[in-house]
Amino acid sequence: MSQATQADIDVVSEGRIESVSGPVVSAVDLDARMNDVVYVGAEGLMGEVIEIEGNLTTIQVYEETSGISPGGPVQNTGEPLSVDLGPGMLDTIYDGVQRPLDVLESRMGAFLDRGVDAPGIDLEETWEFTPELDVGDTVEAGDILGTVPETESVEHKVMVPPDSDGGEISAIESGEFNVTETIVSLDSGEEIAMRQEWPVREARPSADKRSPDRPLVTGQRVQDGLFPLAKGGTAAIPGPFGSGKTVTQQSLAKFSDADIVVYIGCGERGNEMTEVIDDFPDLPDPQTGNPLMARTCLIANTSNMPVAARESCVYTGITIAEFYRDMGYDVALMADSTSRWAEAMREISSRLEEMPGEEGYPAYLAARLSQFYERAGLFDNLNGSQGSISAVGAVSPPGGDFSEPVTQNTLRIVKTFWALDADLAERRHFPSINWSESYSLYKDQLDSWFVENVAEDWPETRQWAVDVLDEESELQEIVQLVGKDALPEDQQLTLEVARYLREGFLQQNAFHDVDQFSPPEKSYLIWKAIETYNDEAFDALEAGVPVEEITAIDAAPQLNRIGTQEDYEEFVEELQSDITEELREKY
Amino acid sequence: MKEYQTITEISGPLVFVEIDEPVGYDEIVEIETPSGEVKRGQVLESESDIVAIQVFEGTTGIDRKASVRFLGETMKMPVTEDLLGRVLDGSGNPIDGGPEIVPEERQDIVGAAINPYAREYPEEFIQTGVSSIDGMNTLVRGQKLPIFSASGLPHNDLALQIARQATVPEDSAEQSSADHSSGQGPREDAAEDEATDEPGEDAPSEGVDESGGDLGEGEEDEGSEFAVIFGAMGITAEEANEFIDDFERTGALERSVVFMNLADDPAVERQVTPRLALTTAEYLAFEKGYHVLVILTDMTNYCEALREIGAAREEVPGRRGYPGYMYTDLAQLYERAGRIKGREGSVTQIPILTMPGDDDTHPIPDLTGYITEGQIMMDRDLNSQGIEPPVNVLPSLSRLMDDGIGEGLTRDDHADVSDQMYAAYAEGEDLRDLVNIVGREALSERDNKFLDFAERFENEFVQQGYETNRDIEETLDIGWELLGMLPKTELNRVDEELIEEYYPEESEESESEEAVGVEADD
Ligand SMILES: Nc1ncnc2c1ncn2[C@@H]1O[C@H](COP(=O)(O)OP(=O)(O)OP(=O)(O)O)[C@@H](O)[C@H]1O
Ligand SMILES: [Mg+2]
Repeated sequence: MSQATQADIDVVSEGRIESVSGPVVSAVDLDARMNDVVYVGAEGLMGEVIEIEGNLTTIQVYEETSGISPGGPVQNTGEPLSVDLGPGMLDTIYDGVQRPLDVLESRMGAFLDRGVDAPGIDLEETWEFTPELDVGDTVEAGDILGTVPETESVEHKVMVPPDSDGGEISAIESGEFNVTETIVSLDSGEEIAMRQEWPVREARPSADKRSPDRPLVTGQRVQDGLFPLAKGGTAAIPGPFGSGKTVTQQSLAKFSDADIVVYIGCGERGNEMTEVIDDFPDLPDPQTGNPLMARTCLIANTSNMPVAARESCVYTGITIAEFYRDMGYDVALMADSTSRWAEAMREISSRLEEMPGEEGYPAYLAARLSQFYERAGLFDNLNGSQGSISAVGAVSPPGGDFSEPVTQNTLRIVKTFWALDADLAERRHFPSINWSESYSLYKDQLDSWFVENVAEDWPETRQWAVDVLDEESELQEIVQLVGKDALPEDQQLTLEVARYLREGFLQQNAFHDVDQFSPPEKSYLIWKAIETYNDEAFDALEAGVPVEEITAIDAAPQLNRIGTQEDYEEFVEELQSDITEELREKY
Repeated sequence: MKEYQTITEISGPLVFVEIDEPVGYDEIVEIETPSGEVKRGQVLESESDIVAIQVFEGTTGIDRKASVRFLGETMKMPVTEDLLGRVLDGSGNPIDGGPEIVPEERQDIVGAAINPYAREYPEEFIQTGVSSIDGMNTLVRGQKLPIFSASGLPHNDLALQIARQATVPEDSAEQSSADHSSGQGPREDAAEDEATDEPGEDAPSEGVDESGGDLGEGEEDEGSEFAVIFGAMGITAEEANEFIDDFERTGALERSVVFMNLADDPAVERQVTPRLALTTAEYLAFEKGYHVLVILTDMTNYCEALREIGAAREEVPGRRGYPGYMYTDLAQLYERAGRIKGREGSVTQIPILTMPGDDDTHPIPDLTGYITEGQIMMDRDLNSQGIEPPVNVLPSLSRLMDDGIGEGLTRDDHADVSDQMYAAYAEGEDLRDLVNIVGREALSERDNKFLDFAERFENEFVQQGYETNRDIEETLDIGWELLGMLPKTELNRVDEELIEEYYPEESEESESEEAVGVEADD
């Protein structure tokens, strides 16, 4: 939030608290517009105007309201809820209203107290600015003026604010500046600093939105292989508790080939955020080798932190993502969990005594969800660069039942659906993405990328794998009735091949140092190895070798170990020739 | 302090009072009935001329003439180390006939959230001595790991067994402190402070020795100690006595604080009991350096009370009548577990809940599972088979397991053994349905091995009795003995080097051969 500079924000009007009910406070005699930021009570708790009815203004408060009493003051800043944008957001962890948690810790200790404000970006810290333009150049809104090395991985682009009228540069200089100092002056008299503010509930402008054509390569076999997500695409991961939503999102944050990762812990566990804070500084970014934290911005509004700030944390995150998109970067945004966000809306809405919609959620649930996912996409930026935001939302359906409103409304919007399955999770088949329920509508438009960059027969190979898995589920129904041995030999063999696809390809252990990251080249080779086994095995069967002998060969179980091999190319080559040799010996 | 006699409405646990001076939200209220009884309550909604109050001890006996005093502060728990060994009621008043409690501090019972940045990631292995937990759903210090049970199942026996046997093996405690020496601040100082702070240190340690181990064992020399906080909500006196008798028998009572809201105590009080318990736990852990194990039972009764208050307030109900904010409310309890950087102690929570209708999709277990770091699932079928403890490992989970186990913490093969046993048991379980239809003969040799594995897994690994304390070596060795029933090539979750090291060579042929012949019991 930008009241870092609270001292210089004018209080435009003052009112009085009328009533307090949990996170919702109403005030009288306050002159305010919707979404204005206000300070409530003597402690100055931050809040936002969410309803105006005659003289009564309703406010959602982003901090605990215990002890706040009617009669206390309410001050209106006249500014909408905004974030500070500028260098210093990466390698940082924020709460839901962009207060840096490390600063809060140093100011108030291990427990979160209230009434403490902190700027979203450090106002003192200086950055080395290198101009890319000269005096006399003309600039427009969004244009890139120069760069700042924000972290070892990311070059921060300093841009003309989107609401500027532009003009001719009258002064521009390289050197060390803090984020509020003027670095560029325009002939119009406008002065530009590195820090921008942007209201979180409003999308930052762009020139155009395009249809995504490159995959967000995740390093996860089932995702890249069967259900790929596009850069600029949207995906949902619904699943009951303990099915692997968080682990999957963390894997995406670690291994996907995005330039920037914005990870929003929305109403989930404190320890999960701590884990990211602990791990990411030590883990290498698979693309640059630099610490992962150097490309990551974390937003943590855990389940026990104020509900209203949970409602806003998603907006804080996507606005930060848009800012890096404007610089021309590919941003991956993870929100865990969007259900908690929806529940925060529901809680506030019910305190407002709004007419409830389905299962008590407000009628505007669907609209809010689609507004959020609409802010993802592949964009032509105002400055001519191209940037993307890929948005991945976890969904936590009550009782694991996907027919509930948040899952259903999300599925109407997103194009990739990774359905997590309690059954698979129970038998420790991870990631527990159910391969018959999940889908990706980007599959076809991304094929050409995989064909060009990985393997010519990527689409055919995938189709082969899908067909085998489909056949398996049909056969399983029969097996449930009569047992496997009652099937004809060729079908028994298909089941065996499908088992290797499940165990060797679909399963991927997020906690194994090697297996956790599988570049598409490796995923492809695993497919190919299993396909070799398939082809050789069916040849052997045709030549009259009994199925028990085929499935008992020593080399085959090694198919399940390719994932954990560092030198997988060599391993696969050897394995393919072992399998071939062993099977051909039999006839 | 202003006093009113302006009650306008009494409805269920709620009282509405007209006021002329503003009252703070969440503040504590005292209501004196005409008969002189004083009840406490809390402001649920505060407007400039009227407030809604939730009365903890129930509204019985309150009439419109009752007088209402606003205390001008939110609810506090008086805390001191002297609480150890005491039994209190659900509102925090001593009921053991002991001396009055002289508090060192009074702390707000609605704990502030721990800043995630200040947390220390929990990764110290707690050995419970229970194979199904240690081997496959490992508990670590600072974790919240509930027991999902159902009426008539022996969850109390399991909770007591854990409380009795829990210990942190020395290696892993050392390992972890070495890992974190950088982030931890001045450990030595902290330990010294404590030694001087804790006059009663010797007494509890003696009790500890009799009980055969405790959470603090590994760190005895560092001065950190183990304490148990037991919060009872709406359980029967008989159940409560089961706990207290066991604590007394093992000497654990001296290092315990017991909060008791029993079945016939007011339901609304259940809103405060766990908060008092957790406030005490946080104080002992983060200010006095104790490793605190908090047992809360039965969370189902807590949630019922929450629903009752919601209904009285005429709120729009959420799923199955429970309030829409139940997730947030429960999170405010469960998230009060953990470790904090630079502080010695820890809060580990084992909440117990009984699933209505044995249904784990019911809002109470469902929302709990979404907040806690896993769950231990009790199973009715295993219970009727006589398995003790009847833990079904398949739906059970410990999310903090991965960082708490392995070389230097438990054993290098731990993760792989656990994964493999999960996979093998799941496969065996699946085959049971099929075997009922087609019989054993129709199954392949491979399938028969998995069926036998499932059988022995339940009878030898999960089954151990409530008095048996197995160390982690023993647990993993039993695991290998069972995995030895399967051919090496089937162990694809286990690293090949580990198979070489641990696979029971002799047993491969003989055991599996012999096992195939054994018919399933069912
Ligand atoms: N890819 C994976 N590899 C290995 N283990 C996994 C994987 N995914 C999930 N798990 C296991 O499943 C557990 C639960 O996963 P996770 O915490 O991601 O669930 P969740 O869906 O986020 O649950 P909740 O909704 O309660 O937050 C993890 O602790 C881990 O043990
Ligand atoms: Mg999760």
